[in-house]
Amino acid sequence: MVDPTGITLHGEVGAGADGGPRGPRPRRRFSRRNIFIYGTLIVVSVYYLLPLYVMIVTSLKGMPEIRLGNIFAPPMEITFQPWVKAWAQACTGLNCDGLSRGFMNSVIITVPSVIISIVIASVNGYALANWRFKGADVFFTILIFGAFIPYQVMLYPMVIILREMGIYGTLGGLVLVHTVFGMPILTLLFRNYFTSIPEELFKAARVDGAGFWTIYFKIMLPMSLPIFVVAMIIQITGIWNDFLFGVVYTRPDTYPMTVQLNNIVNSVQGVKEYNVNMAATLLTGLVPLVIYFISGKLFVRGIAAGAVKG
Amino acid sequence: MEPSISIRNLSLNFGALKVLKNLDLEIGKGEFLVLLGSSGCGKSTLLNCIAGLLDVSDGQIFIGGRNVTWAQPSERGIGMVFQSYALYPQMTIKGNLSFGLKNAGVSRDEIEERVRRAAQVLQIEPLLERKPAALSGGQRQRAAIGRALVRDVDVFLFDEPLSNLDAKLRADLRVEIKQLHQKLHNTMIYVTHDQIEAMTLADRIAIMRGGSIMQLASPNEIYMRPVNKYVAQFIGSPSMNFFQGTIEGRRFMTEGLTMPLDGYEMTGAGAKDGPAWFGIRPEHVASGEAANAMPVTIDATVDLVEPLGSDTLARLEALGQLFWIRMDGQATVEHGDKLTIGFDPARAHLFDEKTEERI
Repeated sequence: MVDPTGITLHGEVGAGADGGPRGPRPRRRFSRRNIFIYGTLIVVSVYYLLPLYVMIVTSLKGMPEIRLGNIFAPPMEITFQPWVKAWAQACTGLNCDGLSRGFMNSVIITVPSVIISIVIASVNGYALANWRFKGADVFFTILIFGAFIPYQVMLYPMVIILREMGIYGTLGGLVLVHTVFGMPILTLLFRNYFTSIPEELFKAARVDGAGFWTIYFKIMLPMSLPIFVVAMIIQITGIWNDFLFGVVYTRPDTYPMTVQLNNIVNSVQGVKEYNVNMAATLLTGLVPLVIYFISGKLFVRGIAAGAVKG
Repeated sequence: MEPSISIRNLSLNFGALKVLKNLDLEIGKGEFLVLLGSSGCGKSTLLNCIAGLLDVSDGQIFIGGRNVTWAQPSERGIGMVFQSYALYPQMTIKGNLSFGLKNAGVSRDEIEERVRRAAQVLQIEPLLERKPAALSGGQRQRAAIGRALVRDVDVFLFDEPLSNLDAKLRADLRVEIKQLHQKLHNTMIYVTHDQIEAMTLADRIAIMRGGSIMQLASPNEIYMRPVNKYVAQFIGSPSMNFFQGTIEGRRFMTEGLTMPLDGYEMTGAGAKDGPAWFGIRPEHVASGEAANAMPVTIDATVDLVEPLGSDTLARLEALGQLFWIRMDGQATVEHGDKLTIGFDPARAHLFDEKTEERI
């Protein structure tokens, strides 16, 4: 069914030499360009994945096998004993209950810090983006300035503030610190996102008689899931991985997981148990890793949404 | 006519920038007023001030006899329609329409009734359960009009409502808005930069430039007697042709042509002699046979032809400059043709060269 102009009619497509799509053929799979791109990618991934591989392999070996020195070799005999020890038995000073105590502390620190900082920052960002109140620009400038001051500068003043408030060394104190220090970057994030939402939507809501909170909850919030996910990921990883504030503002019984990990790995008595150390490190890094895997897609979408008109 | 909205001595400054300058405007009850101007002239700003979305720097705004200068947008008795529709994306159309009523604490039965009525007027009943994303541009803008409609207010504000639509839809919805006004008799203020929308919809047009109103008059008045050169140029497409020259006695003289101004209606005290602009609309220039009957005739050469079907626009060269004329749709002229054209100075527009005010 080929008409005189040579155009194949419907129903005949793909029927041998005179059917199917026409035009220049796509590039071969093994073109020089592809080999170069994929080669680079593979080399770079190996570079990043090798240490992880060594850690996992080592954590599954017994000490005698580690002493043989073949760090790249897979375990001859798989044992989960180091993991158990890292979690429940590793000693730091007098305590011998492993990372488990630090894990609970980290959860108790991270959950409220993340929630409180995101709630406050989102309202901040919304107010800055949509309600241009008097002094908004000054406020915003100060806040942004805060994002660029190194944390070390504020360590000692913060110690005094916490001491005066009577919450130095408590988990509550550390939650406060994390909330305050998360504020500049989170507010910036939310402000930029809310600025990208069309202003007419906000105007329409005002004509419709919605006030500050009604617009926030009914209009803005339902449109901002991606940016909340981004903020959540930034905060969870940031706070979970934090070492500096943890070591400065807490006492041994309230140490977060990272500090606990450091103490286990750096303990000087006895033999260095590499397998336990590797297992402990992997355990500590597991939470942010899981968060990334679960919300990776939303994370990318949120970052992109903020970037387009930010 | 009883004023519905009156704006007194309104000013708005953004820092040192004066966006609106001592503006006075009275809008009658049930009147359809169009604010027309090019971008940056302050027309949308003025509308936002009336809506209460921008705080004014000076002056007063009265709506329905009440001073609302400091009132919240929702307390002003207005409904507003935006260029980008501004429908709440996470709500259904029904949710969009009832959002304002819920905020105002209207009873559920009343909301149901009003939404139903508005949907009926705008023929969007089948769309009520859909989200805005599932609607076409025209349907969205209809829903947005519905949101203003359910509020049961006396004043509607439109901020370039048709600018995001394609040409065909724009013409359709323009007719619908006009019908809506004929049915409801609300006061409507409509911002646009499209002169066709302005001419077709308005009872009166306010032409704005640089934060003040240049001319406030009926579409016909603005077309026939523009107060200055800017307005004359802005209204009409293709725009008015101008010749630079001088007035002497009751004659206008330009290079290569002297014409008597018999029949021209002077503004105010009449013409002072001196440099001036002579303007004539393309549609008031006759060509061919009809030209010979005109008081003034010129020989011209065709430079460019734009056939539109209903009309033919031709750009001619005469008196050392280019100008446009509108001819019959079936006119057969080509580049290089010689043509005699004629016009009646009584239909012309004279403007002072320096002040650009109408003479």
